Amino acid sequence: MKTNDLILQTTTKVVLFIIILFSFHIFFAGHYTPGGGFVGGLLTSGAIILLMLAFDMKTVSLILPVNYIYMAATGLLFAGGTAAGALLFNVPLLTHAFGHVDLPILGDTALHTATIFDLGVFLVVVGVTMTIIQTIGEDE
Amino acid sequence: MIEIFKIIIVALILIGAFLSLVAAFGVLRLPDVYTRNHAASKAATLGVLAVLLGTFLYFYMEEGQVNSRVILGIVFIFVTSPVAGHLISRAAYNSGVKLWDKSVQDDLKLKETTPVQKKQ
Repeated sequence: MKTNDLILQTTTKVVLFIIILFSFHIFFAGHYTPGGGFVGGLLTSGAIILLMLAFDMKTVSLILPVNYIYMAATGLLFAGGTAAGALLFNVPLLTHAFGHVDLPILGDTALHTATIFDLGVFLVVVGVTMTIIQTIGEDE
Repeated sequence: MIEIFKIIIVALILIGAFLSLVAAFGVLRLPDVYTRNHAASKAATLGVLAVLLGTFLYFYMEEGQVNSRVILGIVFIFVTSPVAGHLISRAAYNSGVKLWDKSVQDDLKLKETTPVQKKQ
């Protein structure tokens, strides 16, 4: 029988932005409050999975043309690059640097290279989760 | 903290807990899937909303912090919980769960057997 997914799809369109915003908030607030790359990545992949539930997989891959295996590889590259970058400054592996930087628009901003490491974790989590879900979902 | 706000916060949290209890009793006592779902999705939504609102007001009055995540949670539950109830009910109907035997009306079944209404 033919079903009508209008309610689910409309709600998804509204709720998706709340989830994505919340996952970015969790990611950026990870240094001072609970959260970080892992939880943020899981929330983001949860939002994409909600999109896959409401629409179908082909539509989602049209909206987000991302190869998730490459995404996980990029995340590993970020994490490894932050670790290896410390060696260039003659300090031990995984030594992080931080400081206050005057950015053009944002003004005085506290930046820390651990955020780049966390971005790597974020990308790996999103990539691996979405790869698992896609591989299971496409299996027929 | 102002006394009247203490009373409001306690009332909100107690109302929320009471409504959640009512929802639990509804799930236990009602006869079929649809009435149970009706009790669970409605009463539990309002119960959780009241508890969250009480929490928000408490932290606002006691420590002066506006926790926007609680507001976001209220909006989120208010939007998603009825949709979840709708989807569960529809999935139950589509997979052939019978209505309570004292039910008198089934409009969805009527529409399937006579797809085009000839009247008017």
